[in-house]
Amino acid sequence: MASELPWDPKTRTLRRDLAEGMMNPACKQALELALGLGQKEGAQVTAITMGPPMAEEILREAIAMGAHRGLLITDPALAGSDTYATSFTLARAIEIFCPDFDLILTGCHTTDSETAQVGPQLAEELGIASAAYVDEVTVEGGTARLRRVSDGFLETLEIDLPCLVTVNTTNRSPRYVPLSGLEDAFGEVNILSVGVADLGIDPALVGADGSPTRIVDVTAPRSGKENVVLTGAPKKIVEELLERFESRISGLIRQDIRKSDAR
Amino acid sequence: MPAQRPEIWVFGDYRNYFQNRVTLQLLSRATDLAEKRGALVCATVFGWDTGEWVGEYIAHGARKVYLVEDRRLGRYSCDLYVGLMERLARRYRPEIILVGATSFGREFAPRVAKRLKTGLTADCVGLDIDENGLLVQTAPAFGGNLLTRIVTPQKRPQMATVRPGVFREIPHDHGATGEIVRIDFPEDMPPDRVRLVSSERTLPVPRHLGNAEIVVCGGRGMGSKGRFRNLYELARLLGGEVGATRPAVYARWADEDALVGQADKHIRPKVLFSFGISGAIQHTAGIVDAGFIIAVNKNPKAAMMKMADVAIVADAHQVCLALIKEFKKRLRA
Repeated sequence: MASELPWDPKTRTLRRDLAEGMMNPACKQALELALGLGQKEGAQVTAITMGPPMAEEILREAIAMGAHRGLLITDPALAGSDTYATSFTLARAIEIFCPDFDLILTGCHTTDSETAQVGPQLAEELGIASAAYVDEVTVEGGTARLRRVSDGFLETLEIDLPCLVTVNTTNRSPRYVPLSGLEDAFGEVNILSVGVADLGIDPALVGADGSPTRIVDVTAPRSGKENVVLTGAPKKIVEELLERFESRISGLIRQDIRKSDAR
Repeated sequence: MPAQRPEIWVFGDYRNYFQNRVTLQLLSRATDLAEKRGALVCATVFGWDTGEWVGEYIAHGARKVYLVEDRRLGRYSCDLYVGLMERLARRYRPEIILVGATSFGREFAPRVAKRLKTGLTADCVGLDIDENGLLVQTAPAFGGNLLTRIVTPQKRPQMATVRPGVFREIPHDHGATGEIVRIDFPEDMPPDRVRLVSSERTLPVPRHLGNAEIVVCGGRGMGSKGRFRNLYELARLLGGEVGATRPAVYARWADEDALVGQADKHIRPKVLFSFGISGAIQHTAGIVDAGFIIAVNKNPKAAMMKMADVAIVADAHQVCLALIKEFKKRLRA
């Protein structure tokens, strides 16, 4: 967790460079799943990230885990991209560098902003079907079979490839990284670094300019609680508590505590 | 044919209790926003045999319901619902679309936003209208350590998702009336690309202290085993669980299972009642994620009292009894 406010008031963007430096846990689960499927199906796994140049470390980690290659999308013009602009950029990169993809796996959300939007929006950009918050993926022939728990339903779904799946954070045991993998990752690695020009993207369509949403400001919520102090006879205090915090407590315990004569 | 009056749409997510609730909560907030904006509160309902929900949404604030009813919509389908919402929004041009942040809503809303080429803010904890008539969306970032205020200045509609429980629904009004706009299922709608092979309800997660939303915690200040037992009565009334500090467990007032603390159970209730607990760090480390805290202690300077939202300076046992009595009167479950 970043210790200072990762907010740049000049550019009105969150400074993700301060908060990054580790692979997002949900994305790690997605990679885990991809590597398992890759081994089983004899498929190539490409790890893709968009971020500041230091995000290359994450691709090295992915390669150490077993990914075949990495694609880093980095460009100052991308700073301040919201999920709309981010998914647009990722889609253009995938169209150029992975045109024959069968399956895209993403984490279901990131730990910094938790929007959970980039995966589904990337699927829309690419015009492919998708499913979110998936726990298990198997591939048979040209079809992905998925299992997920969604809003109290255990669902089994089928989608024809190519498709996109966002992967839940539920535990897949982390992969053992072999020494040879580490050597591979820190030697000459197959990581391609591309910018906006390489993707043929008009810079006006990405970054803060290309983002429909705009951050007005960022604040640290009041950490100190109000700390209301009540004194007096127990019966009086309890009445005061329930009157003053009636709606709050009703909401929290999901039961109406209004006095019957008040209705 | 865009509507003459700006419209605020709430996506009718009716599948089960919490989805239904979040829709009602959004209708309530939309009603406040509509007043500021001079707008009309509308709900969308996609499904089959949905009369119940249409009536429910009107009773909770919707003045207009856009209804697409067709056998093909009998099962929740993200693909079809996204396509329908896209078409409806293009035709009627709502100014705002609000969606509950259920698993379904979190997949549905981003895709709708993308198709409509507009912005979306996830998991808003606040929604307001500013002096320019823009929807100001307050959302947590970095695990809730920061709050960001976000607007969508140019693109329309402005879209936001909101978690269940953030807003309070307005009471059911049987007398409320609303217009129902029936729309035929478009025959040129592309087929669902996702095949639902099977769907079954999952068993509810068994309730225990670690995941309880309501916890009543007691410490040495309860005075005796007999008095401590009243905490179970209070917890039962509220539908909560009982936790205890180390001294209370050592005195055998409560089982080891109930022990809350740094090296023991960590609890994250939405509301915590704390009785006769001074607040040693070994205990408070286990309750850092508690929401609303009501603490009772004779000593106003106790650490537990300082970290409470409401600190009641009184005898824990007496307040416990008074609370039981008062809740018995007020709760009619």
